[in-house]
Amino acid sequence: MSEELRYTKEHEWLVPVGDGVWRVGVSDYAQEQLGDIVAVELPTADAAVTAGQACAVLESVKSASDIYAPIAGTIVKVNDQLEDSPEKVNESPTTEGWLFEIKAEGEVNQNDFMDLATYQSGLDG
Amino acid sequence: MAERSHYRDRHIGPDAAELQRMLAAVDGGADLEEFIERAVPASILAPAPELPAPLSEQEALDELERYASDNGAHKPLLGLGFYGSVMPAPIRRLLLENPSWYTAYTPYQAEISQGRLELLLCFQTMVADLCGLDMANASLLDEASAAAEAMIMLWRVAPDAKRAAFLVDADTHPQNIAVLRTRAEPCGIDLRICADAADFQKHADQAFGALLSYPCSSGRIVDWRKLIAELRERKVPTVACTDLLALMLLESPGALGAAVAVGSAQRFGLPLGAGGPHAGFIACEKAYMRKMPGRIVGIAPDSEGRMAFRLSLQTREQHIRRDRATSNICTAQSLPAMIAAAYAIYHGPAGLRSIAERVHATARGLAEALTAAGCKLVHQDYFDTLCLEHPESQRLADQAAEAGFDLRCADGRLCLSCDETVSEAEAARLAKACGGKWTGAAADSPAPHAELARTAAPLQHKVFNANTSEHAFMRLLRRLAAKDIALDRSMIPLGSCTMKLNAATAMQTLASARWNEQHPFAPPARLAGMNALAAELGEFLTRLTGFDAVSFQPNAGSQGEYAGLLAIRGWHRDQGENGRCVCLIPESAHGTNAASAAMVGMEVQNIAVDAEGGVDLEDLRAKIDAAGARLAAMMVTYPSTCGIYNESLGTACELVHKAGGLVYMDGANLNALVGVALPGKLGPDIMHINLHKTFCIPHGGGGPGAGPVVCTDQLRPFLPGHWTAADGRTDGGISAAPLGSGMLLAISWAYIRMMGAAGLRAATGTAVLAANYMQRQLERKYRLAFTSASGWCAHEFVLDLSEFKDSAGVTVEDVAKRLIDMGFHAPTVSFPQANCLMIEPTESEGIAELDRFCEALAQIRAEIDKVAQGEWPRDDNPLVNAPHPAADLLDGSARSYTAAQAAYPLAWIKDDKYWPPVSRIDQVKGDRSPQLVLAPDMDPAPGAS
Repeated sequence: MSEELRYTKEHEWLVPVGDGVWRVGVSDYAQEQLGDIVAVELPTADAAVTAGQACAVLESVKSASDIYAPIAGTIVKVNDQLEDSPEKVNESPTTEGWLFEIKAEGEVNQNDFMDLATYQSGLDG
Repeated sequence: MAERSHYRDRHIGPDAAELQRMLAAVDGGADLEEFIERAVPASILAPAPELPAPLSEQEALDELERYASDNGAHKPLLGLGFYGSVMPAPIRRLLLENPSWYTAYTPYQAEISQGRLELLLCFQTMVADLCGLDMANASLLDEASAAAEAMIMLWRVAPDAKRAAFLVDADTHPQNIAVLRTRAEPCGIDLRICADAADFQKHADQAFGALLSYPCSSGRIVDWRKLIAELRERKVPTVACTDLLALMLLESPGALGAAVAVGSAQRFGLPLGAGGPHAGFIACEKAYMRKMPGRIVGIAPDSEGRMAFRLSLQTREQHIRRDRATSNICTAQSLPAMIAAAYAIYHGPAGLRSIAERVHATARGLAEALTAAGCKLVHQDYFDTLCLEHPESQRLADQAAEAGFDLRCADGRLCLSCDETVSEAEAARLAKACGGKWTGAAADSPAPHAELARTAAPLQHKVFNANTSEHAFMRLLRRLAAKDIALDRSMIPLGSCTMKLNAATAMQTLASARWNEQHPFAPPARLAGMNALAAELGEFLTRLTGFDAVSFQPNAGSQGEYAGLLAIRGWHRDQGENGRCVCLIPESAHGTNAASAAMVGMEVQNIAVDAEGGVDLEDLRAKIDAAGARLAAMMVTYPSTCGIYNESLGTACELVHKAGGLVYMDGANLNALVGVALPGKLGPDIMHINLHKTFCIPHGGGGPGAGPVVCTDQLRPFLPGHWTAADGRTDGGISAAPLGSGMLLAISWAYIRMMGAAGLRAATGTAVLAANYMQRQLERKYRLAFTSASGWCAHEFVLDLSEFKDSAGVTVEDVAKRLIDMGFHAPTVSFPQANCLMIEPTESEGIAELDRFCEALAQIRAEIDKVAQGEWPRDDNPLVNAPHPAADLLDGSARSYTAAQAAYPLAWIKDDKYWPPVSRIDQVKGDRSPQLVLAPDMDPAPGAS
């Protein structure tokens, strides 16, 4: 299903999981840049977020990086598994290492995001 | 000079001949004075300020003795979080007065810090265990600031932003309430003082947290269980402000339901010292682990799976998280914390319990004697503190004072606190002075509170039970000390940390009763010598910096920043400019700057820096314009954090002043300025001074520090006040005690008095010369990260190692760890720029030591080249595998290099080989599943394997 992922300039991905809900995570490139993730701070379910709002934190030994909500909406679910196994973000950033799900507020314009090929070409440049 | 009769010749490492060699090597001129004129820009150069002629070491000690004799000899029974205590002689001899402990740096380089990390972990374990909570940190600055840190921690995690109230038990030490008030206001926290349970309940729905005192300030012990449970039910977690000795007999705060506990470990062997240094502590439930302030030691395996220790969860802290850190604290109270842990190890749980019982029995005995003499006991449940009513309480207090005891008399009540130093004879004398008759300490004392006797046996861990004989204790401390690198082994060239000599003479006062048995809230007459010395030291510091006023209250540099920014904020508000809230901070600043700004409610804006690490004036203009009337302050470090006397300071200050802002100067680099320039005349309005860097207070493995602020007359009214102040400025306290850690001031006083003005100028000149001397040698082997327009560096310089990542797969961390094999503590790593080493030699290192360190780095460069040329594989060479414990070199594993190449890369290393106790520590495992206390059966002391 990875070809359905849409990417942001902040190295996050999102994918629709039905019912207007989008699952969000970080790209493989991002997890590699961050190094070993030791802790993940996730938003609380039911929290309202605006697009671009910092709503989660990935911690490595030497850095703490904000994760931004790519779209506006309400957090409906977070990946609880990461509390005990933050390494999943490194091991499988686009599958098991997903971070949270947002119920979109209004229409999401897919053109605001990049497909994998476009995202990757941006990294090379 | 054949005889080093002047102290300056002992403090300054290079002798006259060596200075000549160093001057010649850098083309520095004919003498130190000529060098200073070359290396220090004319625009800042000033003559050495006037100071009294230097004293010899003996004369300084005599003078200190004269000051000491002006202090009182009364026994203070004033309580309020400060109690007499006995430092066992083995702790004094083996720990406090042992340079292996007091000259060590903060244990960031974990592999060479296992001894102090182990002892700090014992402190954490002790605090967590006595408090009945999951974890504790490695100390905070004092009890009052610990209470404030707990409040801020709960505020940050509050699930509901509408809850802005913090509820505080009215029967809490006044200094704790004062500091809570100061810290609450800029955050918009509404501090509500609650007189009783009903009061707490009334406010609970608006509150994010509550603080209960246990025991209370008046000595009363309250069974808080019901209230704590009710508050928790209403989503209000409780902080218990507590006393470790009382907890030997009392149920723990955790068992009562508290989520957090704070207090001071002072009475575990630390002298009163007019307020410090003492180890404040915070313990909490595991849920707060990643929100806790301050340094936390954790257990983590090394690369061979051995149990090892490291500072864990550092992403919480200011050096990484900057304005979003959990606190601005960096230097804490490591040495006091280690002394408190050693006190518990030395006495063991049985010994501690018997001390607690004796203190309680003395209090009960006095209660009997004084009630028989007409006093009414206000609270029936108490541990060590009696609260008494008497129609003539002041007369009783006066009579007690005449007999040599200071009691607290307020609101018609008389309070007295017993401690382990109060003998039966003294208790009898006190009872008699108050008209009572001592009939002995109460035998078979009931528990301090019938319902709250401690259930869980405390401190059952092996380390607290196996080392109570003096031999075992002595060997334990030696084993631990031997694991570490401190200044007693080799130079510690940490940029921005100024690891200079901590002279034995200057530290003599720490052993003097007349200095260290003074209560911070004693009547002024008792503190006459202390206050006179502080006044004189204040005068020296203002002269040396060109400022007008001083406050000694800040207990560390971070607190100095906080006090300074509060003063700036106070001044703006006084001008009616409440909207000024933007703080401009250069990108290359210490992380504390941003964290401190956030704590006073300022909004941090970064400014770009120029090639010299100074403020980029164009960007500054843009940021000033953007801030407009919201501009509050700029924070700068001078010389810049790149170690350069950068040119932009004066103009930058002018621009900020013109726009209505004030300038805060971070004094971290003051060692490049003392006696040669006056920062107060260069533009800044206020700065802090790290007495533990520039003025010789030892680093103690991560504290104590002292961070007095100096400022212009304009800001004087906005310096911290204190609730005990005679001048009426009772608001704005930031520390528990008015002089911060009063006991430390004599160290800096002695340094300045023995150096004299010319000596201090020579020290600065030598420090700058030593940095340039090393820079000249090392720039042949490494790239300089920054170069000044003049070509001279200030007191430190930065090497850029980033090229070796590609050429040899070697990182700056590999180089830092390889230095361990050569017996050196690494320079500052990756500050102010990633992949860099910042080197600061200070004036106290002779040429032989400077050369030895340069030789070590040259050897490392040769090793990097071998890897780059393919002689050693990238994944198996002495750099990536460093450091090398002896056990690993003897285990027969095959390496691409020999054991001798690993252990003795340079011939002289054999003479005094430092063997690291562990190999490189696994940082990731340590932070993924942090273990922050010892398990009861763990015994780290006998060694790692």
